[in-house]
Amino acid sequence: MGVKTVLAPIPGTFYRSAAPDQPALKNEGDAVAKGDVIGIIEVMKTFTQIQAEEAGQLVRFLVDDEDAVMAGQPLYELGV
Amino acid sequence: MRIIRAARDLGIATAQIVSRADHDMLAARMADEKIEIGPAQASKSYLNINAIIEAARVVGADAVHPGYGFLSENADFADAVEAAGLIFIGPKGQTIRSMGDKAAARSVAAQAGVRTVPGSEGRTLPSGASRLAEELGLPLMIKAAAGGGGRGIRVAHSVQDLEQMMPLASAEALAAFGDGGLYLERFIERARHIEVQILGDGTDAIHVFERECSLQRRRQKVWEEAPAACLAPNVRAELCASAVRLAKHVNYRGAGTLEYLYDDKTGEFFFIEMNTRIQVEHPVSEMVTGIDLVKEMIKIAGGDPLSIRQEDVTLSGHAIECRINAEDPTADFRPSPGTVSSISLPDAPYVRFDTGVYAGYTVPPFYDSLLGKLIVSGATRGEALQRLREALARFQLTGITTTALLHEHLARDPDVASLNTHTRWLEQWLEGRSLEVPALAS
Repeated sequence: MGVKTVLAPIPGTFYRSAAPDQPALKNEGDAVAKGDVIGIIEVMKTFTQIQAEEAGQLVRFLVDDEDAVMAGQPLYELGV
Repeated sequence: MRIIRAARDLGIATAQIVSRADHDMLAARMADEKIEIGPAQASKSYLNINAIIEAARVVGADAVHPGYGFLSENADFADAVEAAGLIFIGPKGQTIRSMGDKAAARSVAAQAGVRTVPGSEGRTLPSGASRLAEELGLPLMIKAAAGGGGRGIRVAHSVQDLEQMMPLASAEALAAFGDGGLYLERFIERARHIEVQILGDGTDAIHVFERECSLQRRRQKVWEEAPAACLAPNVRAELCASAVRLAKHVNYRGAGTLEYLYDDKTGEFFFIEMNTRIQVEHPVSEMVTGIDLVKEMIKIAGGDPLSIRQEDVTLSGHAIECRINAEDPTADFRPSPGTVSSISLPDAPYVRFDTGVYAGYTVPPFYDSLLGKLIVSGATRGEALQRLREALARFQLTGITTTALLHEHLARDPDVASLNTHTRWLEQWLEGRSLEVPALAS
């Protein structure tokens, strides 16, 4: 299994769940289908879903929930 | 920036709180001191009451100005500041609490004799349509009492409409929410957003005339003017008097704004809510009255009584403010953070640009997209509009995309020029319109 590092497409605040009281969208070890929402990045009060561009298995997150991320910063590793 | 400038005028030293992502902002450079209160995430910095109060203690502050975002309308914050033995530059926590709650504010308005949008008090059932129509006035919006978010709203233009729609709406509400109760409210087809600026010292209150902010997108104001040119002098006087009545009724302290809906058809105005803070668009009121609102609110917080009498507040000319946001108006207003490479401003005595950005500054992606406010005044609305077109043509901010292009179009729009607008006008105007085509020269 190869491991790909997925980068943040935009800068902002990274969230792992859709709302503070919701469970995480994906956990480490979860299977990921193309188009699955991995997380959300908030930029200037606008929320953008981060979708998987390909299927695989989520190996690990490289940022924490609510971390500030820059565009191009590694977000998570995907086993493909 | 705005607050630091006002404080400087009064000979008061300032300290600016910053998050880890905000060290480069202009206000932090300009203040006598800056102090970091936490990481980039607002929840851990600008919304962290304890961290802010601790910072105030560290720098030895006497007073805290809450600005117009984040905790500026948070009653618990106001209470915490005062409990720490500091002055909160704004109203009492109790006032924020009572005016911040919509239902409570409605009942306060009723006590002060200020009209709110006519609505059925509480829930109603599908009977007695003609009585309700007479009581509240047509057209009426029919809403599910248990609903929210605009779902299933119907508009009845006649008693027959009401009789037909109410049972249907009730059945639908029952199916959707398990509750068939309805709520009726007057539907204002062409509503203008008009708001009155007030200043109070806890005992006395005055108005600083009104602003019109009908150009909105997603309930966010985009363009504001003072005064509201659509108002007849007697309506203006009545509107401003009602705001003063309400402010006095709650013993308001500081700067505040009472927001109203104005029905263009009937000339009626209805109080909707109060903002218990200084607002983004306050400069237009300053431009047409010559009053420094921020300075006044600081002086009041220091215990001074109002230094301006109502009869000394006079209107002179017209002012327009355009909010310059880091958003791309050609791409559904997508946020556009990044580094500002250059900025050039028209230099004229009637132009004011309130901003926190400069060439080389990187706009962080974490907070609001507002970059600055371009404010232009003139002897008449026509002159202000002409000067605004000129100012926008010469305004340049490169490196990131801004909403300046939207304003160039609006400043040349015939409906904007003739005041043929209302609160839903801008969203309708934007639908299917390409802003990439240059604005027509007039």
